[in-house]
Amino acid sequence: MNIVVCVKYVPDAQADRTFSPDDNTTDRENVDGLLSELDEYPVEEALKLADATDGKVIVLTVGPEDATDAARKALQMGAHEAVHVQDDAIHGSDALATSKVLAAAIAKLEYDLILTGMASTDGSMGVVPAMLAERLGLPQITLASELTIEGGKAVIRRDNDASTEIIEASLPAVVSVTDQINEPRYPSFKGIMAAKKKPLQTWSLEDLGLTADEVGSAAAWTTVTSVAERPARTAGQVVTDEGDGGAKLVEFLAGAKLV
Amino acid sequence: MSQVLVLVDHVDGAVRKTTTELLTIAARLGEPAAVFIGGHPDAFDNASATLAEYGAQTVYRVEGEGIEDYLVAPKAEALAAVVAQAGDPAAVLLASSGENKEIAGRLAVKLDSGLITDAVDVQEGPVTTQSVFAAAFTVTASVTKGVPVITVKPNSAEPIAVAGVTPTVVTVPVTISEAARTAKITERRPKEKSGRPELTEAAVVVSGGRGTNGDFSPVESFADALGGAVGASRAAVDAGWYPHNSQVGQTGKQVSPTLYVASGISGAIQHRAGMQTSKTIVAINKDPEAPIFELVDFGVVGDLFKVLPQATEEVLKRKG
Ligand SMILES: Cc1cc2nc3c(=O)[nH]c(=O)nc-3n(C[C@H](O)[C@H](O)[C@H](O)COP(=O)(O)OP(=O)(O)OC[C@H]3O[C@@H](n4cnc5c(N)ncnc54)[C@H](O)[C@@H]3O)c2cc1C
Ligand SMILES: Cc1cc2nc3c(=O)[nH]c(=O)nc-3n(C[C@H](O)[C@H](O)[C@H](O)COP(=O)(O)OP(=O)(O)OC[C@H]3O[C@@H](n4cnc5c(N)ncnc54)[C@H](O)[C@@H]3O)c2cc1C
Repeated sequence: MNIVVCVKYVPDAQADRTFSPDDNTTDRENVDGLLSELDEYPVEEALKLADATDGKVIVLTVGPEDATDAARKALQMGAHEAVHVQDDAIHGSDALATSKVLAAAIAKLEYDLILTGMASTDGSMGVVPAMLAERLGLPQITLASELTIEGGKAVIRRDNDASTEIIEASLPAVVSVTDQINEPRYPSFKGIMAAKKKPLQTWSLEDLGLTADEVGSAAAWTTVTSVAERPARTAGQVVTDEGDGGAKLVEFLAGAKLV
Repeated sequence: MSQVLVLVDHVDGAVRKTTTELLTIAARLGEPAAVFIGGHPDAFDNASATLAEYGAQTVYRVEGEGIEDYLVAPKAEALAAVVAQAGDPAAVLLASSGENKEIAGRLAVKLDSGLITDAVDVQEGPVTTQSVFAAAFTVTASVTKGVPVITVKPNSAEPIAVAGVTPTVVTVPVTISEAARTAKITERRPKEKSGRPELTEAAVVVSGGRGTNGDFSPVESFADALGGAVGASRAAVDAGWYPHNSQVGQTGKQVSPTLYVASGISGAIQHRAGMQTSKTIVAINKDPEAPIFELVDFGVVGDLFKVLPQATEEVLKRKG
């Protein structure tokens, strides 16, 4: 079984993330980036499925030059091939544009299953998988905390607020997975060495049959009009419990009219 | 005035509070119109009373076989049909939830319209406000193409009742395409109800983390004294101490209550991502160096098993 896994390169959440002052887009250059933690889960799931079926895992990332790092990390974990779509015109793409580029790239690949994370750790919209399904005309089974493939069908468990659902669709399908689904592996030394020799292709917009005016800031369906750092929270009051901590807490709540 | 469509979230006709918030926001942008999908016939009557109370001038009632039996795609199709029927609506508003964001994403692609998710405010324009990067930044944005599709976080507006509105009911028959019937829901197991308010809608959330060591009873008692919901950190959920649908954070629920109480929670960035926009933040933690204290309006360095029971008793005493 051939599995395409979409992985995103994101600014490290532990570092100071910011916006570029020129155009209010996320600063992806002056901050350390990495494979979105939540995209390690679909990579892990794909590796398990590929192992069981003698299949192949192709990772796909759309992003700036350094996004290769995200693809490489997935290769180190065990993915077989990678495709990196990189083109200056993609800078500033919103979700509509990103899903368009991803869909065009997927259309060029051979696959039985498309796996994605539940959300990126930067934009964290949680919409790209649904948009991909819509654009590709494929079944969407998303937010899976369990996935089984049997008889040409994908079956997932989805935990909603009020219920747990079992959902099935025939392949090929777009499946997004949550962080409940597995425990992603760390790349082994052997994996890191092997990754250096794995095929990693770079595609431009032209390779996808798209033009610069269809994506990026040029085509954006949305625009960010202002960005402001949230003022630091004024330091609150912290007391040490000396047998009256609970009472003091409620005094504070009463003062703030919260009880 | 153009209509502003609001997708109604309801459980068998009981309209969720988030929908009344959206109707209030819709009134700032145009003429509020509600879109009701699914439910039994009497569910609709129940719902329309609430929708009228919060100012819906029109209620679109979508009727279609099997909408509820498939995941997301049919609802996006139905909503697109209502947009067509409504002419040129000024915006489509949905409450931010996993499913609604996916509906919004598909709708945006269908309409070739811009999409904004997780707004914490929407004003005339529409201009949205988002709180991003674990609430470190506040961003305003707008949609530049098509009908703005916007998902709004719960607790982003105070619902305002409007007297004397009798909505026009428009029935929209929808035939769900074969293409939208591809992800079939074969089983639905309802979850046990806790009897407490819905986590994302609650005015008060009391959360417990690894520091509870598996005993959530002091957390629950304090939540009950304040009429609040109970949340949990991922550490507590992963340990199996509390159900996953109570997890607060990046991969759990995003909450924005009037009061958030973190007990035995260190305050990791992924946890903050789900609670940092709370209006007042209180923490109880044994460790004075715990990062959660950087966020608090009031903190107690101490043992939650001593502090919470005393606080609970104190609240109950005041209530008399
Ligand atoms: C703080 C912030 C707020 C934003 N708000 C908006 C907004 O309101 N509207 C809007 O249209 N855009 C917005 N954007 C831009 C948007 O995040 C990006 O365009 C992004 O490409 C799509 O959304 P996401 O990262 O949230 O993806 P999600 O939908 O959260 O991603 C889900 C999954 O899709 C896959 N995926 C996503 N992006 C890629 C990629 N580049 N390459 C490979 N796989 C990928 C991954 O598997 C990922 O786990 C915002 C960006 C930021 C940083
Ligand atoms: C991809 C990813 C997604 C994640 N998503 C989420 C998410 O959605 N939500 C989330 O919460 N986390 C999430 N996490 C995990 C997060 O990084 C932290 O590991 C987690 O929040 C820690 O939970 P905690 O604060 O309960 O535990 P700890 O960090 O272990 O903190 C426990 C705290 O309890 C205190 N304590 C101990 N005993 C007592 C006592 N008797 N009285 C008072 N205080 C006491 C300790 O001093 C300590 O500060 C995610 C992580 C990753 C990698």
